This record gives sequence, C-alpha cells and structure tokens, in this order.
Amino acid sequence: MGTITFIEHDQTEHVVKFKAGCSVMQIAVDNAIPGIDGDCGGECACGTCHVIVSDDWFRKTGTPGDDEEQMLSMTPERTGTSRFSCQIVVTDEMDGMTVRLPEFQM
Amino acid sequence: MTTLMQKNYQHEVILVGEEPHPPYQRPPLSKNYLAGEIDQESLYLKPLSVYENAGHHLRLGVRAEQIDRDKKTIRLSDQSALKYDRLVLATGSHVRTLNAPGADLKGIYYLHDIADSDALREQLLAGKRLVIVGGGYIGLEVAASATKKGVNVTVLEAAGRLMQRVTGPEMSEFFYAKHSNAGVDLRLNTAVTGFEAGDQGRVAGVTLADGGTVPADIVLVSVGVVPETSLAEAAGLPCDDGIIVDEFTRTEDPAILAIGDCTRHRNLFFEKMQRLESVSNAVDQARTAAATLMGEEKPYNSAPWFWSNQYDVRLQMVGLSQSHDQRVVRGSPGEDKGFAVFYLRESHLIAVDAINLPIAFMVGKTLVQQRRKINPEILRDPDIDLKSLVIGPQTSS
Repeated sequence: MGTITFIEHDQTEHVVKFKAGCSVMQIAVDNAIPGIDGDCGGECACGTCHVIVSDDWFRKTGTPGDDEEQMLSMTPERTGTSRFSCQIVVTDEMDGMTVRLPEFQM
Repeated sequence: MTTLMQKNYQHEVILVGEEPHPPYQRPPLSKNYLAGEIDQESLYLKPLSVYENAGHHLRLGVRAEQIDRDKKTIRLSDQSALKYDRLVLATGSHVRTLNAPGADLKGIYYLHDIADSDALREQLLAGKRLVIVGGGYIGLEVAASATKKGVNVTVLEAAGRLMQRVTGPEMSEFFYAKHSNAGVDLRLNTAVTGFEAGDQGRVAGVTLADGGTVPADIVLVSVGVVPETSLAEAAGLPCDDGIIVDEFTRTEDPAILAIGDCTRHRNLFFEKMQRLESVSNAVDQARTAAATLMGEEKPYNSAPWFWSNQYDVRLQMVGLSQSHDQRVVRGSPGEDKGFAVFYLRESHLIAVDAINLPIAFMVGKTLVQQRRKINPEILRDPDIDLKSLVIGPQTSS
C-alpha cells in the first residue's frame, strides 16, 4: 500500500492510494483522474497515458523500453522524465511518488 | 461514464448490461486472457467501488428488452422498467454465425465475450487440432495464442489473403509467413461448406467447397460481427447496418445517443458515414457523447487506430487504408528493426500500418490526423528520420 499524487496540467492535485503490483495508468483510471486516457488498456499500444515523473522518483520507475522510447519520442510535451504510465508497475518503494500530467494526450 | 465522472456530471447514471460482468476490455479475450496469462479481474475497466463512489449504478445480468420513446422508459428482462431523460445505446455487436450443415455440433466455438474465451481456453490443450474459420484479427490472434499452447492450428480463409478487409497485401504476406513459420496450416481461397459429426454429437471435421475435409477436435468460427441494432430498430430509430448517429453521437431522437460498434456514424475526419469495429472509435465516441450530455458540442473528428498482438509481433494501425491509391513500404519485413506500410490517396497520407515500429505509428497518428501531403520518397528512405516529418520543414499540406 502507498499513496501517489497526480498533478493535472492546471495544478489540481489528486492524492490516491495504491496497492503494489498494478500500473500507474490503472491507478489513474481506477480513480477517474482526468488527463490520463489509457485507451488500449495498458499494452503500450496507443500512447495516451503519458506522465512526467518528478525527478526524485524517476530513478525508481526505471527507464523506458525501446518501444516505449520510440513512442515517447513523438509525444508532445515530452521531458527527460516522461514515461507511459501503463509501463510503470508500482512497488511499495514508490509510496509518496508524484507524477505530473501533460496538457494533452496523443 | 469515466468522462462523466471526470466532468462531475450531476445527474443519476445507470448502466444496464446483459452480461454478469462490469464493463471490461475485450481485446485480451483472443490474446493474453485466452492464453491464461491474466485473470478476469484485470479485464475490468474499473473496480466496482469506483462506480459506487461516483454514484453510478450498474444493473448487471439484466437485458434491455424494449425502448418506449413516448414514455421515455426502457423495459428490462427482469420485468422492471427504468425511466430516462437521456438514453445512450452502447449495444456493440454480435458474432456473425455460419449457417452451414452441422453448425450446431459440440466443439464449435465463437469468441465474443468472457464466457466464450473461458470455454475456448478449456479446449486448447497441447496436441489437439483446432480449425479456425476466418483469417481476420480474431482468428489469427487465437491461432497465435493456441500455437503457444502446443495446439495444432489450421486457418481457413475464403479470401485470397489474410486480413484482407483491414490491411494491404504486404501486411497479409508478412502475417502469412509469421503464422506459417510458427507451424500454422494456412489455407487461402478456401470456402467452408459445413461440419462433419464424430462421436456423441461432437464436431470431427470441416468440409470444404473443393470437396475436401479438414479433421478437427475443436472449431473456432471467426467470420466477423454484426452491429447489435435490434433494440434501436424495434424503437423505430433509423438504422443501416448500424444505428445512424451524427458527429455528436445523436440519433434521430434528441433524447437518445448511440456509440461504439453498434453505430453507423458521422466522424468529421471522413467524408462518408462509418461503421467501425474499434476500441479507439468506441472510446472517442463515448467521450463525444459525454460532452453532448454535458451540453458541450464537441464533434467527433479523429482518425481511428487499431492494434493486434500475434507472437512477438505488435501491429499498430492508424487511419483506414481501403481507399488508398499508393503504398509505400519503409524497412523490410524480414528485418528485426520493424517495418511500416504507408497508404496514400492523391499524395495525402491516409493510413499507416506498423510492425514493431511504434515510431511510425506515432508519426502516423499526427500526420494522418492532419491529412498531410507527403513525398513518398521521404517515407521510403530509412536514412530520413520519420520524426522530421512532424517536427521538420520537409512537408507542407
């Protein structure tokens, strides 16, 4: 168990609980967080669940795989700590993590 | 419902669903759910508590039987009735069945919902002979899932190539080779005439138009779907292979909207009315409907996209390629680096099919949506970075 904070583009904050083992995308969808679509259901197939991980937490989430990197490279608003949230599986170590949402998804 | 939750819709929302399950993802039913790699709960779009917390009610295991448009009431299969101010029809589709001799034998399966996938999975045991009628997305995804489990698979396709309805010949050939190398027996131009009975009313073979028979322990019929319009038709709403809706998802009745696979709809991205079997279309129309319900008029205007997983292959597609007049292949189907086919009409990019090349899909998502005019040589040349087409100066529309 832990909590994660989603910050919408307009700075609205959502602090929600999570159980280790599910993806950040699923946590967002389960909590109806606006700004994460996750249209393909978590297959890294659509590019609609972009999040920007805060610098201090990026190392814990790991780096994007090759497919994810290709898709991220075409994502507007991409930053050095961007990920597709369906590809981040949360662990207890990520308790307290903050991710920001872009203005638009693809 | 998600968009209504996010927009804090202030009215009561009730979802009536014939199946006992809350809303769930269907794409895995032919892929990792069928293969037993993920459990049922992970198919659900949301946990039940999310609907409860939002004040949305689920009436599951109950079928909507009839719409009374004058009284704004729907009658349900448990003999209760629900009043509505606004009604959204999201009835989806049902599988097209094969009316051939022996079609009711045991061991013949269709794949559309969780129950179908569960029933089929139990049969997929190593060494069994599975014959799949239909070489489209579903048939081929099942072929890949079943092959992984050691099932001997034969695919019978009436057309001259695989996935003919949705993709170009280069992709058809690529998937033919992929399945063939995995040991699948693929037979094109092969029409099915019926099914042979074995012991105890079980299917034992599939009979072909050329007089031959393919022995089978299990048969999957995957020959497409038909939009589920019976409720709308009985209520007198205009239908034409789909419930007719405009770009705001409105039917002829201002109180009734319709979304997803059950609709023949206006999408401003296309000149013609469309009926699509697509997750992206269902999701985008749902968002459009939510906006319409909220009194915002946001017309549906986006290029649909699709994906499929078979073996180690990820196919991602954007746009509809059928009306193309030129195809451009980037990369080589034999290479590990992935490849893509770009479809152009009058020099404008209308669709992209990408194999293990997500960058081409993502670039396509932008360029297809913008209906960009593109020099085919740029698409073909592997030394030109695809990203430059979106960011760089080479093209103009």
